[in-house]
Amino acid sequence: MAKFYAETIAKSDRIDRLKENLFRKMPEIESARAKLITESYRQTEGEPIIMRRAKAFLHILQNIPIIIRDEELVVGSTTLAPRGCQTYPEFSYEWLEAEFDTVATRTADPFYISEEAKREIAEADKYWKGKTTSELATSYMAPETLTAMKHNMFTPGNYFYNGVGHVTVHYDWVLAVGFSGIAAKAKKALEECRFGDADYARRSRFLQAVIISCEAAIVYAKRYAALARDMAGKEQNAARRAELTRIAENCERVPEYGARNFWEACQSFWFVQQLLQIESSGHSISPGRFDQYMYPYYKKDLDEGKLTREFAQELIDCIWVKLNDLNKCRDAASAEGFAGYSLFQNLIVGGQNAEGIDVTNDLSYMCLTASIHVMLPQPSLSIRVWNGSPHELLIHAAEVTRTGVGLPAYYNDEVIIPSLMSRGLTLQDAREYNIIGCVEPQKAGKTEGWHDAAFFNMCRPLELVFSDGMDKGEQVGPHTGDVTKFKTFEEFYDAYKAQMEYAISLLVNADNAIDAAHAERCPLPFLSGMIEDCIGRGKSVQEGGAIYNFTGPQGFGIANMADSLLAVKTLVYDEKKVTMEEYRKALADNYGKGLPASEVEYVLGEAVKNLRAAGKPVNQAEIASAAKALMTPSNKYDKLLEMIDAVPKYGNDIEEVDAFARDVEYTYAKPLEKYRNPRGGQFQAGMYPVSANVPLGAQTGATPDGRLAGKPVADGVSPSAGKDTHGPTATANSVSRLDHYIASNGTLFNQKFHPSALSGRKGLENFVALIRSYFDQKGSHMQFNVVSRETLLDAQKHPENYKHLVVRVAGYSALFTTLSRSLQDDIINRTEQQGM
Amino acid sequence: MAENYLDTRGRIFDIQRYSIHDGSGIRTIVFLKGCVLRCKWCCNPESQEYKIQTMLVQGKPKTIGQDITVREVLETVERDRTYYRRSGGGMTLSGGESLCQPDFCEALLRGAKERGLTTAMESMACAEWGVIERILPYLDTYLMDIKHTDPAKHEKFTGRRNELMLENARKVAASGQTELVIRVPVIPTFNCTVPEIESIARFAASLPGVKKMHLLPYHRLGQDKYEGLGRDYEMKEIVPPDNATMENLAAAARRVSGLDVQIGG
Repeated sequence: MAKFYAETIAKSDRIDRLKENLFRKMPEIESARAKLITESYRQTEGEPIIMRRAKAFLHILQNIPIIIRDEELVVGSTTLAPRGCQTYPEFSYEWLEAEFDTVATRTADPFYISEEAKREIAEADKYWKGKTTSELATSYMAPETLTAMKHNMFTPGNYFYNGVGHVTVHYDWVLAVGFSGIAAKAKKALEECRFGDADYARRSRFLQAVIISCEAAIVYAKRYAALARDMAGKEQNAARRAELTRIAENCERVPEYGARNFWEACQSFWFVQQLLQIESSGHSISPGRFDQYMYPYYKKDLDEGKLTREFAQELIDCIWVKLNDLNKCRDAASAEGFAGYSLFQNLIVGGQNAEGIDVTNDLSYMCLTASIHVMLPQPSLSIRVWNGSPHELLIHAAEVTRTGVGLPAYYNDEVIIPSLMSRGLTLQDAREYNIIGCVEPQKAGKTEGWHDAAFFNMCRPLELVFSDGMDKGEQVGPHTGDVTKFKTFEEFYDAYKAQMEYAISLLVNADNAIDAAHAERCPLPFLSGMIEDCIGRGKSVQEGGAIYNFTGPQGFGIANMADSLLAVKTLVYDEKKVTMEEYRKALADNYGKGLPASEVEYVLGEAVKNLRAAGKPVNQAEIASAAKALMTPSNKYDKLLEMIDAVPKYGNDIEEVDAFARDVEYTYAKPLEKYRNPRGGQFQAGMYPVSANVPLGAQTGATPDGRLAGKPVADGVSPSAGKDTHGPTATANSVSRLDHYIASNGTLFNQKFHPSALSGRKGLENFVALIRSYFDQKGSHMQFNVVSRETLLDAQKHPENYKHLVVRVAGYSALFTTLSRSLQDDIINRTEQQGM
Repeated sequence: MAENYLDTRGRIFDIQRYSIHDGSGIRTIVFLKGCVLRCKWCCNPESQEYKIQTMLVQGKPKTIGQDITVREVLETVERDRTYYRRSGGGMTLSGGESLCQPDFCEALLRGAKERGLTTAMESMACAEWGVIERILPYLDTYLMDIKHTDPAKHEKFTGRRNELMLENARKVAASGQTELVIRVPVIPTFNCTVPEIESIARFAASLPGVKKMHLLPYHRLGQDKYEGLGRDYEMKEIVPPDNATMENLAAAARRVSGLDVQIGG
């Protein structure tokens, strides 16, 4: 007997209309939240921060404008305009004011903002000077850390300027008992507080804050109930009137109480998902195992004959559209690193339960179908794969992949479960993992994982080896000696490790400063009510209330570093074909290919400074000709580039090279895991770049693997673009030789296939076999772009014809035409695998 | 043959991993050098000569052809074993015409079989029956090219008449030792008409045990290689058949043969 219903259900025509409505106009920034939170904060000066947060949340939800969009079945919108966003001045605000006039025209993720909204936001922002998490975090950082950040050694931008997000809450609690049930639990805990408890003050205030937050969510839903009833009264169309009446009944019931049926469960789920993103600006609020916690409500309705599969599919599709209604405006630099208006709401299907039994069900299959129906980037759909995964589920997933939407991402239970256990999760919890954001595994409802704590560019410490720790005239890293004096490769490699260790310690310093600032200024009582064991411990997740606590900053550039270090070893030390001095010169000259403009500006600026200091005249014409010389390409290093090219590269199934890459991975992952965060948790490495490999590559000089200055760094654990030339199996073999267990915050392996490789049932079978085989070899994650190069090139030329073209960027999908040109180019240039 | 058959040497010009269009599952194709035919449309012109050649690839000279032992080839083939296991794939021999190197061809197939891999071979069956007979015990799938049923036209476009090949096809089918699949390169001006394809389909259907027929549309991917070898490409003016033409031919083939006819491998 089949375990689940594996037929694809047809799409309701409502879905395309909802989608069309959503993309009617450019996303817009609204001012309501900024105004309301500021009003509330002005009234609560001097109160405990946790109470101020709860009261502000209540004030926002009592007053923020609400709207029910045409034909919606599941309601709740954070902005009046579709795909709009609110602002969150308590985390940071300066960047938005600075970008008011460019935010609508910038290349990555532009947002419209009205003059009135600008004025209102600017007015609210006045209050926040000196009060943000970002300012407090800066004040907590060591001066060396600030210097390293200025020199782009790493960027903790995400949580530095925004909320943390990156969490999966106990949706199942809200579905079962509602917020009245969670408030009741907090009330009981409050009654149990004893006057003599050492932490009475903090505990009692925290619990009160949870109760107020629950009340806020209930109030908000009732406003929707009233609105729906009002609209129903005016509605001429009988069918829509009935829908609105039902929506009113749903919002009257949930999320205050437990859901009694599937539609209520959908509505309840949605309020949780939406409201978490009103409380804080953190992204990657991930629905997690939606197919599991929603299933009892679906099953019950289906068994009782109250629900058709078609309507269940339509409701799921509606949620898929809604997940694209939420949006976030980031600062221009971050927008490049997270390009594509992405919120990374990761939703995963399939996999095992706590007992190790496969729990794929009807909904797992329907969630995959929903992504085919909706064809939008959200949710970031994922699928768990293990030896017990039903074949038909994987085939259906491959059908989704074949559409080119870049979804789902495939995850390997066989690696992730032991990997999480090595970080202290119980076997049962590890088996129930889901994915946060891009690729980060954790146990839902128990974890504050800080999964996207920073991007660490593994190439930058190598640049410092060549300059004895100097960068643009400042000592950024430790003195590791004159690079030309190293006698052996080991000395050279040790210098790299020393630069790495130092930079990593500064990264930890930055993250922990930000962590402390969030606990102090932005604890989140609403979120904390849905995370174990905050109520039991009487403190918010930001203060260490969760069972599992981690900090996961991502290292990237592993392919470039493996290839670079091997090139230096081979050419300088083993074969002695090049001297270190020549190599250093070649890197400084960008292999004769012309320095990037920013670099030229710096070099000449220094020269002018020196001339002036020496009292010598500065001749503009000479400067101009020097600039031209620096920027003009020559072929004087082409022989060196050829020699570099001949050194074997990571990604071609060569054991020695791949073993070396694993060792390079350890230069990041091992030092990192020694550190701890203020919540009592451990640091753990991830190996993925989101889309930061492009903008951060632009800040990276030439590397010894032949990569030119400013070019993108390799993405994730994938080989450098175009360097893997033996087909997808060879590439996958190489990548699987990294240690995917130690990178317990996730690894990201991109492959790009021509659509012909997945054609027909046979194509799907072979595709699934490829994933299974990579996973047999203990790779952890795989994702795919299945769009032909020709299509992407055409989309660059005629973006108007490709408004809905979705591609895989990094751990997520995005609309291709919304990406910056450089990121588009990076995606086009990834090696395309074509079945021969 | 060498003392240990694994030490048998032969000449190849490429090993292609992740092949998904020539036989079942994910496969590794070993391309043997040397061919008896000179098909005007050949997409691997560097395969035709047995001798090691130099070909310009993107302007740079590249040596085509490498002498290698069976053991060495199998080492590369082994690298994707996990993919074969998951997909039911294995090793495929192609060329050139593998049967031009009978000892090497036999030893490769035998080596793969003894390691538990599935084997397939793309071949025109243009060899003495004795050669074919030797390899059949080690061959799971014979992807046999039947380009035309008319001997004169066959000779005009490939340099050889086809009687021997058709005869071998009958013998291979009669042996029952291997799954025989008939493949037809569909070449405009040569065989891209309904009557010609129907004729091949009828012949295929007459072979006992044959169930599948593949129609492989002509493509021009080999054109640059002719230039790289300093040769003239005679098919310049030929346009690949469009989808409708291919569907029409496939339908015709199905009608007269009752076989499972697919477009592409």
